[in-house]
Amino acid sequence: MSDYRTPASKVRGLGASGHGASHWISHRITAIALFCLAPVFVWMLAMSGAPDPLATRAFLASPAGAIVTLLTLTAGLAHMRTGMLEVIEDYIHKPFTRTLLVLGNTFIAAGLWLITAFALLKLAL
Amino acid sequence: MASDWSDPRPMSPHLQVWRWHATMASSILHRATGIANYIGAVAISVWIILLAFGAEGWVAFLFEGWMAWVTRFGLIVLTYCISYHWLNGLRHLVWDFGKGYDPAGSNLRSYLIIIAAVIPTALLWLNLGA
Repeated sequence: MSDYRTPASKVRGLGASGHGASHWISHRITAIALFCLAPVFVWMLAMSGAPDPLATRAFLASPAGAIVTLLTLTAGLAHMRTGMLEVIEDYIHKPFTRTLLVLGNTFIAAGLWLITAFALLKLAL
Repeated sequence: MASDWSDPRPMSPHLQVWRWHATMASSILHRATGIANYIGAVAISVWIILLAFGAEGWVAFLFEGWMAWVTRFGLIVLTYCISYHWLNGLRHLVWDFGKGYDPAGSNLRSYLIIIAAVIPTALLWLNLGA
């Protein structure tokens, strides 16, 4: 492969975000997790009788349903946070707007994860 | 954004001057389906929260009358987006190992993935009898 990076860019070792490789690595880890989890979760949810409230509640409260949903939710929200972060860093160049969007993205992912995990535990325990 | 661009020097070619081709379409689709999956994940999470607190009545209109068809259409699109992002994501993981960069094969795989994502979508919804 040709190499288009400037020597200065290589020395800094930073991408568009201005910091290191941790996002790249965690994005791959959650991707591999979702590669296994997403098909199982989608199939189980689709076959659970959803959107009927009683059937869906029973699915989410069952041990297998609660565990698969919690795992997929955790990997999914982490993956979509780092993915959206990349999109924001690529397209939004104004520092203030970008900071607001990055913050909003993190709050949506982290807040939704905590509240949904709480809701799942409430249903399952 | 283009409006922020104040550098008078020529800019490198960008989206609007490129001819559409398969690899470009599949790359853009990967981002677009990722954003669609983001919206889908938020919707499903909110629905789980409403179910846990017995408040699903708030969104009951989504599953009644003609709205049920709009919701079903949205979910079918979401299933395709998840399938596409899953298949093309596997391709991304292969790229990370430095494989799969040949131009002809890249074009072919782009077409294949765009079409193949229909298969899991159809399998799931035919099973649901939609």
